[in-house]
Amino acid sequence: MSEFILLYRNTMEAHREAMGSPEKAQQSMTKWRAWMKEMTEKGQLKNVGQPLERVGKVVGGKSKSVTDGPYAEAKDVVGGYSIIEARDLDQAAQVASGCPVLETGGSVEIRPVMQMNL
Amino acid sequence: MEIEAHLFRHEAGRLVAVLARLFGIQNLALAEDVVQEAFCRALETWKFHGIPTNPAGWLVATAKHQALDVLRRERTARKFASEYQRQLESEWTLKPTVDEAFDGGGINDAVLRVMFSCVHPKLREGTQVALILNVLCGFGIAETAAAFLANTAAIEKRIARAKRTLAQSGRLFDIDSADDVTERLPAVQRAVYLLFNEGYHSASRESAVRAELCEEALRLAHLLAGHRLTATPGTHALAALLNFHAARLPGRLDAEGSLILLVNQDRSQWHAGRIAQGQRELELSAVGTQLTTYHLEAAIAGLHAQARSVAGTDWDGIVSLYDALMRIQPNPVVALNRAVAVAQRDGPARGLEEISRIEDRKRLVRYPFLYTAIGEFELSLGHLAEARKSFGTALGLARSPAETRFLRQRLELCAGGERRLASAAG
Repeated sequence: MSEFILLYRNTMEAHREAMGSPEKAQQSMTKWRAWMKEMTEKGQLKNVGQPLERVGKVVGGKSKSVTDGPYAEAKDVVGGYSIIEARDLDQAAQVASGCPVLETGGSVEIRPVMQMNL
Repeated sequence: MEIEAHLFRHEAGRLVAVLARLFGIQNLALAEDVVQEAFCRALETWKFHGIPTNPAGWLVATAKHQALDVLRRERTARKFASEYQRQLESEWTLKPTVDEAFDGGGINDAVLRVMFSCVHPKLREGTQVALILNVLCGFGIAETAAAFLANTAAIEKRIARAKRTLAQSGRLFDIDSADDVTERLPAVQRAVYLLFNEGYHSASRESAVRAELCEEALRLAHLLAGHRLTATPGTHALAALLNFHAARLPGRLDAEGSLILLVNQDRSQWHAGRIAQGQRELELSAVGTQLTTYHLEAAIAGLHAQARSVAGTDWDGIVSLYDALMRIQPNPVVALNRAVAVAQRDGPARGLEEISRIEDRKRLVRYPFLYTAIGEFELSLGHLAEARKSFGTALGLARSPAETRFLRQRLELCAGGERRLASAAG
């Protein structure tokens, strides 16, 4: 089994859409809880991870200039991450396809954690 | 741990009310933003870390935290509620003032203030109800539009305009002024009544959201019935009426979502707890000398709710209550309901007679229940062709899929009867 990091990406617009009304927010939350629970029960969830604030700073370049971020020009922002276990990248993608962020037009980036095979 | 259905929605209205109280009604949009931000934080953290043991308390604490933030950050740039101006300026009094606004009594108080403010005399009744639904019941614009079967853009415009009217009014309604409360209470009661009716008369499986309107109206009615200045006999009567009606909601539709007439409903499905609550409210309403239409309507609904069967219903009592209702609020719909009660007491022929004597019957020509009632009476009398004609007219006027299905069944019943008669004759 290998580890994969799931990065939940969402545009501000999609985020607002999911939050469109209190009822929608609650439904969205319930869906996320159900999905997390499903992954836990199947033994796929290695680490539930953390939600991330939508603001931050970016330090860049040799001049170490600090700008407000994450990335003003980026269409989507990472809203959080989790770590899962899967056989391979395909299976990890299969797991990620159940993520509720997809329903509001977001995406999940799946990145294998690099293994040190000595 | 799971959270109660509609928790976010219920808390949204309460929190917006408290924040509108602290920020001032002119900053209603800011209050809504702060609440949305609190829900955002709940959504983001709960989906990863699970639901806290006291979710409502968590939301209140988060909103309060953010309110303090906003009050500190913007107190020089913005003008907050004038009544709190001085308390909010000093750090000594800021925190205690906010704490007090957010305690249980403070929240209910704020909800009532906002409810009275929404029933602004400059706004039309329909707009008042939409505004209450949006601001106090946490319905989004699209959900409010769905509840009223209205166009989203139209509702959005109407609500935005109404919010400007509120903002311009400068301050929230003062719930501590007994005179002002007495003056506006009837309009507030009426808004709650309309909100309930909006859901009740068209609740169907296709639009589950509409049954929720009844729940919201009931919640607001209980809030009014729980406050010293708004708990008048009329308010208790209104709460009784809504409880009795809501008790019968589960029996109103069959498995296919078709409307079931009161006389054919399975009474064991009625909600006993609500009937008991209605009874308690009805007793509380029986003081003083003022007899409102809510008293009479509640008494009628109470007699229906308590009857074990159609035959066991006190039709005589119901007819005399309708007589009283006709005296204080004569209108053709009441007259039609009275005719239905008379038919139950004295037979369908008398029902038809009463209907033909309704004075301004013309106003009912677009009302499907008029033709449904006539159809039922004719059917009981065995006049199949007349019944079919009336049900046909009603079908053309039906306003919901549930009504349509019901009337189709009635039409089939008539057609079946006519076929049997024809084959017997042949």
